[in-house]
Amino acid sequence: MKVSRILSTKRREIITIQPDQLIREAIRLLAEHNIGVLVVVDEAGQMAGILSERDIVRRAAKDEALFGKPVSEVMTDQVITGVPQDDIAQVMHTMTERRIRHMPILKDDKLIGMVSIGDIVKVQRDEYLGEIDTLETQIMAEE
Amino acid sequence: MTHIGSSDNPLRVAIIGAGPAGFYAAEHLFKQKETAVSVDMFDRLPTPFGLVRAGVAPDHQKIKSVTKIFDRVARKENFRFFGYVEIGKDLSVEDLANHYHQIIYTTGAQTDRALNIPGIDLTNSHAATEFVAWYNGHPDYRDYEFDLSQERVAVIGVGNVAVDVCRILCRTPEELAKTDIADYALEALSQSSVKEVYMLGRRGPAQAAFTAPEIKELGEMADADIIILPEEAELDPLSQAALEGADRGTTRQVEIIQSHAQRGPSTKSRRLHLRFLVSPTELIGDENCCVAQMRLVKNELYQTDAGSLRPRATDQHETIPVGLVFRSIGYHGVPLPGVPFNEDWGVILNEDGRVMDNDTGEVMLGHYTAGWIKRGPSGVIGTNKPDAAETVEHMLADVEAGKTLQPARPQPEALVDLLTERQPLYFSYEDWLMLDELEISRGTTLGRPRLKFTTIDEMLAAVGKQ
Repeated sequence: MKVSRILSTKRREIITIQPDQLIREAIRLLAEHNIGVLVVVDEAGQMAGILSERDIVRRAAKDEALFGKPVSEVMTDQVITGVPQDDIAQVMHTMTERRIRHMPILKDDKLIGMVSIGDIVKVQRDEYLGEIDTLETQIMAEE
Repeated sequence: MTHIGSSDNPLRVAIIGAGPAGFYAAEHLFKQKETAVSVDMFDRLPTPFGLVRAGVAPDHQKIKSVTKIFDRVARKENFRFFGYVEIGKDLSVEDLANHYHQIIYTTGAQTDRALNIPGIDLTNSHAATEFVAWYNGHPDYRDYEFDLSQERVAVIGVGNVAVDVCRILCRTPEELAKTDIADYALEALSQSSVKEVYMLGRRGPAQAAFTAPEIKELGEMADADIIILPEEAELDPLSQAALEGADRGTTRQVEIIQSHAQRGPSTKSRRLHLRFLVSPTELIGDENCCVAQMRLVKNELYQTDAGSLRPRATDQHETIPVGLVFRSIGYHGVPLPGVPFNEDWGVILNEDGRVMDNDTGEVMLGHYTAGWIKRGPSGVIGTNKPDAAETVEHMLADVEAGKTLQPARPQPEALVDLLTERQPLYFSYEDWLMLDELEISRGTTLGRPRLKFTTIDEMLAAVGKQ
């Protein structure tokens, strides 16, 4: 199963923010769209990093003035990215081991989507449900 | 007028494609009681069940038993089947919008993914999906010809279609005679000269898309041995490391491959050579433009940022003589006229089943999708059940929110009137049941599960439409 399987059934819209915008604005976007991560893009439209709710909480714990800080100070700039042909099983393994919850997906170096750990749990669940159903059907057929 | 979904104004749903995804969607629609639903299912073939009939291998009859579940759905009072009706030809998407509140596209993935290497269009080079449709008696493919006088065959790919093709090529006439394989295919395969079959995977044993039971079965054929080079069954360090975190199925699959690789010399008439870490780079033709050789490059694996192991060509090449080639690197969807389509992945882009407009990315009111045309070709038949259920849940939520099409002629009779004008030869579910009974009884006398009708004319004649 490939990452493209997840992207086929997901809204294409990726919520972005610029590095010099403030954390206050980032929090508003996260809440408004009910999501866990923003992609940070520079003026040229290139991905500069990602900003997750985790990034914000970790910093907020020791910096109460965080709301007024620019996104570039808080974001993760070493981003692990994927491509549509990546195997979902391996992506799941990488996300678990590296403790990341979101992976931007690039095609020809252009951002085309985002895969979250929730997306992966959902396709795995459906995969297992499907296998169980098919096995049950076959067992019933033998009787 | 009463609201949509009440018993005197039921929700009218059109399902396009009578395969597993279509039937699971119908099943889920009927399972709930809050909304009264009336379902019409269309298929371009007179016969229902999609790839269960035309894709699942004939020697896997047990898998086909899922049609019993679909049959229960089809017998529901508010279900109608209209076979031999093609969307884009007999009915347009506009016609559907004129008769239904909601439309679900479950047309699956009907063609093969292209493989762009020199020589791929030579004579005797085919898509595996064509061969599968041929031996399963699909009317569009029954007249295809495959040169089974060749002794050496290559099957490119290690997914379940590739496995099926290899198995069917290696089975004895006696093994095949017990199945519902098309009669002309049984005859052609009984005369087959095939001796050596090469199944080619571009990655290693741990990345092959076939499942453990499938690879096990390849080692249990009556008159064909499976041959795996011990050095290709060994895992490279990257695969070995990945296997630590892998599921049990993958571990089991690698074990079976390694045990097949330890077998003694072949004693049977046919040999299935399972090769790993090789990619075809070119097919070389003879003077008649028929395939004569295949050039392969040896691959090595590298790890992507995201953790997948991908193949990369080395500078080692080899050439194998082959006279017949099947490419099986995946199914690919086919666009429906008037419905958005993503060429890259061969799917209708959607948001959890709600069809999205390609340009705006906005959800298209009243249009939905499920199954392989929704998510791409992955999983087993049962995977379409949760997939279709997700789509149906969104459909029902949209009904609740009043977001449906506003058909001018939602009455069930109106659609029949239109079809009588456009495609009077359409097949009802009763027509199919008649065909089904005839096929089974024709098979019984031969000791086979069924003997399929494989032309539209035969089918029309059998139910007295011609």
